[in-house]
Amino acid sequence: MAAAAEKGVVLLDFWVSPFGQRCRIALAEKGVEYEYKEENLSDKSPLLLKMNPVHKKIPVLIHHGKPICESLIIVQYIEEVWSHNPLLPSNPYERAKARFWADFVDKKVAECGTRLWKLKGEAQEEAKKDMIEILKLLEGELGDKKYFGGEKTFGFVDVALAPFTAWFYTYETCGKFSIENECPKLAAWAKRCKERKTVSESLHDPHKVYEYVGKLKKKYGVE
Amino acid sequence: MAGDQELKLLGSWASPFVIRARIALNLKGVGYEFLEEGLGTKSELLLKSNPVYKQIPVLIHNGKPICESMIIVQYIDEVWAAAGPSILPSDPYDRAIARFWAVYIDDKWFPLLWKIIIAKADDEETAEAAEQVIAGLQLLEEAFEKCSKGKDFFGGKSVGCIDIALGCYFGWVKAAEKMAGVKLLDKEKIPLLMGWAERFCSADAVKELMPEVDKLIEHGKMVRARLNAAATN
Repeated sequence: MAAAAEKGVVLLDFWVSPFGQRCRIALAEKGVEYEYKEENLSDKSPLLLKMNPVHKKIPVLIHHGKPICESLIIVQYIEEVWSHNPLLPSNPYERAKARFWADFVDKKVAECGTRLWKLKGEAQEEAKKDMIEILKLLEGELGDKKYFGGEKTFGFVDVALAPFTAWFYTYETCGKFSIENECPKLAAWAKRCKERKTVSESLHDPHKVYEYVGKLKKKYGVE
Repeated sequence: MAGDQELKLLGSWASPFVIRARIALNLKGVGYEFLEEGLGTKSELLLKSNPVYKQIPVLIHNGKPICESMIIVQYIDEVWAAAGPSILPSDPYDRAIARFWAVYIDDKWFPLLWKIIIAKADDEETAEAAEQVIAGLQLLEEAFEKCSKGKDFFGGKSVGCIDIALGCYFGWVKAAEKMAGVKLLDKEKIPLLMGWAERFCSADAVKELMPEVDKLIEHGKMVRARLNAAATN
């Protein structure tokens, strides 16, 4: 196990994690071969605990035996080491904008999504309102572009948000709303992402995600 | 350079996030117009430039706004790359480490410090938060040893990304100590960081920006009062 981690690229991950999927998508976009290691989050491996002692979380990218943690930091690392097919624009202002919106996805989407499936009643209604607002803001940034990165570029913000498209079905079902109705341009973008091989091969079926959330609900005594 | 570029920074003297942007601009020797936002008020320009968060700091460069302190710092580093020392390291792995600690400081460590600042009275929560702040500083002490490689700063010879990310909070750490009657800066526990803090606060790019602790305490009490009033309404 230690020998494998010394060479090449290893990704410590968990199948349904949208944060792990960002890394898988980025590695695929750059055509980088790597070894995928599935972690059992209720029984974390000694390797994970050694490589991410501060947070003890996935994803962790291990390159030449050295760990990189935090999904967006991993994606930027991948971007800088394998600099062909850039995910970030070369103009500093455009780069700052891309970083801003990826950070916005990080701050807002997962937290709100969790409230949406975990809570009930008024709190859930509020989570639904918040989610629609978040998605509308993102849709505003997307505009009429094919991707957040532009007409031709599947970029940094696309990588940051694409994994959450597998959670749209869960959000819609729990919150009883339709993303297509509320944010048609974003829904269309999600469809285009799915048509991209790097994304479709990294994400799981939305129904599988919903099933997984169902198990989490039971575990937390929600329902 | 200041002649053909319009550079404004929206901020407040007390905000550690604003101090970050100002340190970065100082490191690059770049002139700018500082527009002070009052506590409890948000100018039209701020609301227009940062509609998503409506928060300072905002850097406005030739009319275009850049938001979020560490994104602003990276922007300054990239635009004025040749004008001063590099703020982020050049090696991709070192950059990942710098970004990791900046995120840790903001997402995990600062919320604990903030808890101490806005706490209503000396209670168990404050004592617990203080313990966690100290534990965080001990982690950062280890990080300093690895990153500095025996030199003055996390960034090596000159002030870098982690120095800016952590150092901006130094005044507030001292303020929290006095406000809550807790000891957070212990030479026995964090000897390297204590030495670093002195060098950081006296660095040319930093020294005039660090607010007086007594003024921060006054400001902290005002913020605390407003938050507690809002909570009871």
